[in-house]
Amino acid sequence: MRYSLWRILREACSGHRRWEPAWRDASPKSGYEVIVVGGGGHGLATAYYLAKVHGVREVAVLEKGGIGLGNAGRNTTIIRSNYLLPGNNPFYELSMRLWEGLERDLNYNVMVSQRGVLNLFHSDAQRDAYVRRGNAMHLHGVDAELLDREAVRRMLPFLEFENARFPIQGGLLQRRGGTARHDAVVWGYARAASGLGVDIVQNCEVTGLIREGGRIVGVRSSRGDIRAGKVAVAVAGHSSRVAALAGLRLPIESHVLQAFVSEAVKPLIPCVVTFGAGHFYVSQSDKGGLVFGGDLDGYNSYAQRGNLPMVEEVCASGMALMPMIGRLRLLRSWGGVMDMSMDGSPIIDRTPLEGLYLNAGWCYGGFKATPASGYCFAHLLAREESHEVARAFRLDRFATGHLLDEKGQGPHPNLH
Amino acid sequence: MRIACPFCGDRDLSEFTCFGEAGCPRPLPDREDAAARFLEAVYLRDNPAGVHRELWYHASGCRSWLEVTRDTRTHEIRAVRFASEAREA
Ligand SMILES: Cc1cc2nc3c(=O)[nH]c(=O)nc-3n(C[C@H](O)[C@H](O)[C@H](O)COP(=O)(O)OP(=O)(O)OC[C@H]3O[C@@H](n4cnc5c(N)ncnc54)[C@H](O)[C@@H]3O)c2cc1C
Ligand SMILES: [Zn+2]
Repeated sequence: MRYSLWRILREACSGHRRWEPAWRDASPKSGYEVIVVGGGGHGLATAYYLAKVHGVREVAVLEKGGIGLGNAGRNTTIIRSNYLLPGNNPFYELSMRLWEGLERDLNYNVMVSQRGVLNLFHSDAQRDAYVRRGNAMHLHGVDAELLDREAVRRMLPFLEFENARFPIQGGLLQRRGGTARHDAVVWGYARAASGLGVDIVQNCEVTGLIREGGRIVGVRSSRGDIRAGKVAVAVAGHSSRVAALAGLRLPIESHVLQAFVSEAVKPLIPCVVTFGAGHFYVSQSDKGGLVFGGDLDGYNSYAQRGNLPMVEEVCASGMALMPMIGRLRLLRSWGGVMDMSMDGSPIIDRTPLEGLYLNAGWCYGGFKATPASGYCFAHLLAREESHEVARAFRLDRFATGHLLDEKGQGPHPNLH
Repeated sequence: MRIACPFCGDRDLSEFTCFGEAGCPRPLPDREDAAARFLEAVYLRDNPAGVHRELWYHASGCRSWLEVTRDTRTHEIRAVRFASEAREA
């Protein structure tokens, strides 16, 4: 069923009682060409592009709970392509281009809002780093603007400009960055994939891998054994656990990141703003709540909930940047489990086991990557070669030394 | 989460920083298989959902390195000892 204005009018005539479910909740068949493990944004996008771009339609997405209840439904929805390294930037820019056309492509309103992402800087050294990053972006054909203090003040007059310790000196602005509605991205990809024949199987946890002569030929699941030509793992925070089923150890630690939303207020913050002197990023949802977050809690966790010291630290950073939010009440906070890789960059690659493919290590930046991650993972699965913008995301880079450490932090996942 | 430091007693999480999985000793660089061992020690992790042995630093306390045994699903702490004791054991 295509969505359109015409459709809404037609359904209105029958009292909106004839709308069909957006996607099919399937039962697993005995086998598929490709099994995608994980029904988050990345898994569903992978299935969609496999069917749409490569004509691979015997595809199942196996999700242990309900789709979109993992990180895809827990993030702060920021999308941007303001990366420094040549191994990263073209990938995120492809993602941004896909975001820009996603609603037409999926025939679904994913509420992409290019309201701009502004990274503030507070010292000369930080300014130099952002100038360098802006130049790197320009070299890759990505938009970036350096704003001075007065330009920032005109845009966001309510920031704390009198802070003596962390004076706002300016910011790097990517106007094409912004936000998208995370749940809608999940539903949109699910609907489009389902429409092309992909089976979306919920409450189906992968508990083992079927091996025949060194090759992975299927999965054991809570809904029985399912065979597959290829098994593609996209389980975000649970990558190490699924890899352990195959006896593999990954360069990944699972960490919890919290996010927060305030009570709703009138339109206040026009873009995404990040504080450079602490770790704090904020935007305002269309409902009016301020959606914000900060650093990881900092220790391995599969708990999907964090601890109080980080709540205090994030709120203190927010207060340092915009003291006015001190009057707002916090509505909710929650946590998501992320696969923090050892260099802070993702992996889209084959594994040492034939038939097993890995999409992992997205850290806390994987929402913006959803379209390109699915696109490039599908490319790898269908063509047996990496997409040109994802060539640096190799699993063996930790052995060869070709790391992608955007922040220059070293092998400390809790600091990326 | 609170950690019972063997020297300072029961203290709030905010006094500590985590250094990740315990028991990844630095390999001898002149061994023949040093490259593979460094890969394991520096980058590869078990990352279990369950009991995890990890290093914590009591930064805002006695500045000891601790080995904490903790459940990563519940944040429940099973045991704490000085990292130096763990090494000798
Ligand atoms: C608080 C928070 C804020 C964030 N903010 C941003 C942001 O502003 N911008 C940004 O770009 N990124 C952000 N991220 C990161 C982003 O959300 C993730 O990197 C991204 O969603 C991960 O991909 P996914 O959507 O496929 O993950 P998920 O939605 O987590 O999907 C993985 C799925 O795999 C399933 N699964 C796991 N194990 C199994 C199994 N054995 N069998 C079957 N299924 C299994 C899980 O149930 C889950 O549904 C944030 C993350 C968090 C937690
Ligand atoms: Zn102590």
